[in-house]
Amino acid sequence: MQQPPIIQAHDLYYEIINHDNQLRILQGLNLSIATGEQVAIIGSSGSGKSTLLSLLAGLDRPTSGSVQINGNLFSGLDEDGRATIRAKTMGFVFQSFQLLPSLTALENVMLPLQLKSHPQAKALSLEALDKVGLSQRLQHYPKQLSGGEQQRVALARAFATEPEILFADEPTGNLDNATGQMIIELLFKMNKEAGTTLVLVTHDIQLANRCQRQLHLQNGRLEELASA
Amino acid sequence: MMLTLKLAWTQTLSLWRAGSLRVLAFALVLAVAAITAVSFFTQRVASALNQQGGLLLGGDIAVMADHPIRPAFIKRAQSQGMAHVSTYEFASMVIHGEISQLVEIKAVELGFPLRGDLTIGAKIDDVGQTVKAAPQPGEAWLEPRLANLLGVKVGDEVEVGERKLRIGAILLREPSRGGDMFSLAPRLLMNTADLPATKLIQYGSRVKYQLLLAADPQQVNDYFLKTKAELGRGERIEDVRNARPEIKSALDKARQFLGLSAMVSVILAMVAMLLSSLPYIKQSLDTFALMRCFGARQSTVLQVLALQTLLIAFFSAVAGSALGYLAQLGLAKLASSLFVETLPTLSVTPIWVGFAASMMMMVAVVIPHAWQMRNLTAINILRRETLAQPISTQAKFLPAAIVMVAMIFWQAHDTKIAVYTMLAVGALCVVISGFAYGLVGLVQRLFSLTPQNKTLSSVSLGIQGLKRRAGLSTVQMIGFSMGLMVLMLLALIRGDLIQSWQASLPSDAPNRFVINIQPAQIAGITQFFVQQKIKDTAIFPMVRARLISKNGKLINAAQWQDERAKRLAEREFNLSWAATMQSDNRLLAGRWWTPQEHGKPHLSLEQGLAETLGVQLGDKLVFDIAGNLTTLTVTSLRKVEWDTMRANFFAVTPPGLLEPYAANFISSFYLPVGADAPLNQLVKQYPNLTVIDVAALMQQVRGIMQKMSSAIAYVFSFSLIAGVAVLYAALVATREERIAEATLMRVFGASRRQVSIAYVAEFACIGLIASLTATIAANFLAYYISANILNIPFQLNITLALSTMLIAATVIPLAAWLGLRGFLNIPPRQLLNSI
Repeated sequence: MQQPPIIQAHDLYYEIINHDNQLRILQGLNLSIATGEQVAIIGSSGSGKSTLLSLLAGLDRPTSGSVQINGNLFSGLDEDGRATIRAKTMGFVFQSFQLLPSLTALENVMLPLQLKSHPQAKALSLEALDKVGLSQRLQHYPKQLSGGEQQRVALARAFATEPEILFADEPTGNLDNATGQMIIELLFKMNKEAGTTLVLVTHDIQLANRCQRQLHLQNGRLEELASA
Repeated sequence: MMLTLKLAWTQTLSLWRAGSLRVLAFALVLAVAAITAVSFFTQRVASALNQQGGLLLGGDIAVMADHPIRPAFIKRAQSQGMAHVSTYEFASMVIHGEISQLVEIKAVELGFPLRGDLTIGAKIDDVGQTVKAAPQPGEAWLEPRLANLLGVKVGDEVEVGERKLRIGAILLREPSRGGDMFSLAPRLLMNTADLPATKLIQYGSRVKYQLLLAADPQQVNDYFLKTKAELGRGERIEDVRNARPEIKSALDKARQFLGLSAMVSVILAMVAMLLSSLPYIKQSLDTFALMRCFGARQSTVLQVLALQTLLIAFFSAVAGSALGYLAQLGLAKLASSLFVETLPTLSVTPIWVGFAASMMMMVAVVIPHAWQMRNLTAINILRRETLAQPISTQAKFLPAAIVMVAMIFWQAHDTKIAVYTMLAVGALCVVISGFAYGLVGLVQRLFSLTPQNKTLSSVSLGIQGLKRRAGLSTVQMIGFSMGLMVLMLLALIRGDLIQSWQASLPSDAPNRFVINIQPAQIAGITQFFVQQKIKDTAIFPMVRARLISKNGKLINAAQWQDERAKRLAEREFNLSWAATMQSDNRLLAGRWWTPQEHGKPHLSLEQGLAETLGVQLGDKLVFDIAGNLTTLTVTSLRKVEWDTMRANFFAVTPPGLLEPYAANFISSFYLPVGADAPLNQLVKQYPNLTVIDVAALMQQVRGIMQKMSSAIAYVFSFSLIAGVAVLYAALVATREERIAEATLMRVFGASRRQVSIAYVAEFACIGLIASLTATIAANFLAYYISANILNIPFQLNITLALSTMLIAATVIPLAAWLGLRGFLNIPPRQLLNSI
């Protein structure tokens, strides 16, 4: 039996009003992502990649259209309803790591688990940090870690909650080539082990080619590229 | 220059609009308001004393003595052709019908007042007219309070001693009278011509004799210098410069105390300024970086910053002074009549003080950043490379610390007090932070057992926030707990302690003292006691004496540092005699005399007095008793329970020694409520008796304490507002961090409720810990005061403690939540956009 798509977007529109000018960022976009799929969304700067990601993750609401997660309407829920789904199913990796400077590496990883009142918050976090090779730096604060180490903490944080979907927004954008490469290897390795659905936003074609599908966002619509 | 000014002006306006300046300015306004309010108030009282020196004195100079003024002094005034009048002030009873009342009588000669005037009216609520006159013989002028107490009006008669006087007018204002604090009984003004007929001034009466003089300044100066050189014991001379020294010294103490109280607000406000200066500087830096990019010179940028600083300081000083002016109206209402009856209009000095303080504080906050900026290139600023020339935290706060210390010294007017104040504030900070840290640790441990409940886990996250922002949290806790502690302590002292002191007295503790009893009246008074079935009475003799020497060494008041010792050495002692020791006395050293030792020159001293004067067992003290020198040997030291309210004496001799000297007698007894009528009869029979109603006196004292503590609480309420300013400044300073935190939490699936709970929990903890610290500290201090100063059992006020904690733990998180709730509505997507 064919698995239902884990993410389904239908006729998505997103408009913003800027100085009386209506700016249409997404124009009737459709998208379907199957469970366990790795999808890269590429596009030029300002094409709306991050906007699309935020709509898929429920961080914002579309002007019109709908997003379904696991077959359930997601975009129609209120802010807190979407937050509950996020807590259950989603993990995030950001370009600028988004670690809280006042928390240690361990506390940063524990944060999403604590929000879910997960009974094993600490154990899972320790395990995740061990997987990214940072078990020696548990009590370090972000400013005491290098960029690569900070992104590894972010990866540990993303996978510790065992999410169904991982959204990664330019995860190597703030790193040098070598470090970026190392993070990508780690991300794909962990993704493979966990069988997580990956939605990766990038403008790096090479990185996009590591995914099973590549979608090009242009003029507010997605265009499927031939797989590399 | 105009361009720079314009730039500074627009920059300041845009910073105001952006909000980063508001908390900074608010804190500055608050500090200026606290300083100027206290300064305005004390300045008004001080200028009342300075401008009205002559009026307060009633003349240009006054010779005062506790015995009749020497004729030589009067002759000198006469020979120099100076205007002069004599006055006599003493406490006595006044009777009207069945009512008797203790009053402060002032008998004056015609010609009084030499300087200033009096306001008299025909009725209590009259506007009155100013007169430069004194009551005619046969006439008395009564203060409205006295007229009310006696239920009399103009034209009625009152009995003053053995003389009846007709009420000629109601005395509405008498400049020479101090404020509430210095007048426990109401005033009756009469003519000296009636004095002998009253027979009130007898042997042993305590009378303040005064010779007022007025003339041209040269003559006054001449008289002052000559007389000053000849002053003897118990005599002093005052001129307008030091008129009413007791008011001046009370005012000095009040100025010091209120000033230092205001300093607590200033310190907190400066902390708030330092916190809120960070976002302000950050925003300014952005503009300055762009200015540099567009070609502005370093000096231009610094000039703009300097002008901007001055503009902010200027406008904050204007607003602060205006607020301070309004606030002093309240302060004057609460406390003015303690010092002088009417306050003159304001002087502008406090405004200058406010402006100077505003400038100093603002410069102190900005200067470290300006210093840091002086070598930065445009690209440094754009890249936020301020760390290229890092400035240590100590250096950042050093100028502010210097300004705070300077202000404390300035307000204290005394190095020792300034140092003590700083030590006390420092110690309090250390105790509070230690306590707060300990409690945070404890609360954290309780919540660290990862709760299995979303609400509890949010609470736990909130409490962890205390640790994440440990420094800021502690500063906020210190701010709140200091304000709360002082307010609680005042509430405890003014309410509970006084009440429990009164409650601790036995219900039949003496509540009336009768003084000035003459030997011939003893039989009649004893009979009165028997008739009225008043038990537990005793009549004690008193002989006035002066201490001349100790172990052959002449006593000189100047030899003591201690003010109390000086006073004791200077004033007359009341020596008493007794065969047995009073039941409320306890022998500490030596032994009480045997019947065989009656008539021997022995002396039993009260322990505290002996300590103050440095007298030990076996010391030989020489007293001057009515011109005779008598040597007494200290044979015992006693502890006296003054709290029993019975008549007691510092110095007691055996019977058979002092009897030859003229004595007057004192008695204390318990008079049941409503049994005044027979006592009034007694006073009618013996008009020279002075009856002191302890309960009424206590009422008066409580009224004064109420006023003083209201004034202090009023000044400290500024520090609570400053605590709120610190809270907001801390919120502003951590705004970005909190936005990131809240948004990230929501990206990870936290509901708005969870984020709100976390914040409310964090601030509820701040409120709870601050109020708990304040409660413990206030109760500890109240306990110390009750155990060591008032000697009464201490009772914990649970209601006050709980309600304070409840209010603090509700209001503080509510205020914080109001400040933070804006974040909760920012869509989490903005976080992604900011990447």
